[in-house]
This record gives sequence, C-alpha cells and structure tokens, in this order.
Amino acid sequence: MNFTLTDIPLNYYLGLSATLFSIGIVGVLTRRNAIIVFICIEMMLNSVNLTLVAFSAFLGNPTGQILVFFVMAVAAAEAAVGLAIIIAMFRNKMTVNIDEINIMKW
Amino acid sequence: MNLVDIIFYFFALITLVSAAITVYSRNIIYSAFSLLFTFFGVAGIYVLLNADFIAVAQILIYVGGILMLLVFGVMLTHKVINVEIKTGILNVVPGSIITAIIGGTLCGVFVVTDWFIVEGVPPIKSTTTEIGTMFMTKYLLPFEIASVVLLVALIGAAYIARRDKSKNQSA
Repeated sequence: MNFTLTDIPLNYYLGLSATLFSIGIVGVLTRRNAIIVFICIEMMLNSVNLTLVAFSAFLGNPTGQILVFFVMAVAAAEAAVGLAIIIAMFRNKMTVNIDEINIMKW
Repeated sequence: MNLVDIIFYFFALITLVSAAITVYSRNIIYSAFSLLFTFFGVAGIYVLLNADFIAVAQILIYVGGILMLLVFGVMLTHKVINVEIKTGILNVVPGSIITAIIGGTLCGVFVVTDWFIVEGVPPIKSTTTEIGTMFMTKYLLPFEIASVVLLVALIGAAYIARRDKSKNQSA
C-alpha cells in the first residue's frame, strides 16, 4: 500500500494541533486542580509536537523530529520536577487547589 | 474518501474527544486515563505522517513515563479514603474569551500563511536511521545536554519530593 502525504492537506494537521492546544488552554485557565493544569500543559506540548512533525513530514526533512525529541526530553524533566513540587506542596498545605496555594502572593 | 482520510479522522476524533474529556471531567482519575487516549491518538497521527521513531517514542515516554508519573501524583496527593478527588471549574468566561482569542489567532495564521511545502516528497521509508545519524553528528552537543538536563531534573525531583528528615525529627 502506498501512502502519500498529500492526501490530507497540511492545514488539517495544523487545525487539529491548534484545537488540541486550545483545549489545553481551556484546561489551564479554568481548572483549579494543580494536577489537571499539569496534564493540560502536557497536552499543549503534545500539540506543538504534532505541528513540528507535520511540518517536518511535509518538508521531507526529519530535522523537525529532532526538535520533537528534545521537546519530549524537556517534557519528561518538567513532569518529574513539577510533580515533585506538587507533592511537596501537598505535604505542606494538604491541598492541590491552586486557589489555596497563595503564599507567594501579596 | 479513501483509507488515509478515514484513519486521519479516526485518530483526530479520538484525540479531540479524549482531550475534551480530560479537561472537563470532574474526576482526576478519568482525566488521567483519557489523557492516555489523547497520547495514543497523537501517536497514530505521527505514524500517518511517516514519523515512526517519534510515534514509538511518544508511546514509550508519554504513556510509559509521564502518564505513570501523573497517576502516581494523583494517588499521592489525594486521600484515597475520604474521596476529595472531584475538582471545580472557575473563570469560565475569561478563560473562554482568552482561549477563543488564542485559538482563533492560531487557526487564522495557519490558514492565511502560505506554507512552503515541497511538492512530490518521496515517502520516507524510515526516519529512525536519519534521526540517529543526525543525533550522532550535527546535533551531538544538544543530545548530550538533554541527557544532562534529564539527570539534573531527576535528581532535583527526588530531592524535592523527599521527606525532610530533620523537620520530622524535631517535630
């Protein structure tokens, strides 16, 4: 079977990525649980990866996929550190509600 | 509508529906598990885009690593007995407005811009070889720096999440 990329235009992939990014923004802005905010940030990183892979494929150049690999590495580091911070915060304040975590606010 | 279209719409539907469930579900466990389907849908689209290495890395890193971390985070930050697992929604109107602005801008830019597309690109057989070659030649330094970043981040995460022993003894 011979798949050709031009069956689906580039804009479809970009539109899918933009929609996924917007869903992530909704989550970050409207949910108040720190872990949900975190999940939504991962989703937004994933949508950016989708954009990079789509551009890379339509350009016929795998350099964009190298960038995706680095984004994944940074996302993994961010997940580890972020969850550690959330757990440390939960241990001190017994909550993950971002409205109640306001000790750095004045 | 041929097979490629059907596959694209199928994975796009999975991705978007499970992403919406992730955001709007009031139960964090449901959110974490529907995020699994979002990652799988995106991995399917990567396969459709001939990015086999990235698709496998997506499943290994996101599903195997990050999602497991998130589920552990959910379990560690919620008292399992008195189920305090439901969460509320706030700032719906400003959030929707900001989202509409950003999403509209993104879609507008994507539609309006005349992207540089190479016509008649030969379908790439496997990108893994090319990516490996580039990592070992042109992008060797960023590759090594990424490994150092991961090491530092994991040590830091273990240090932050560790129980403070001196405080426990004094308390």
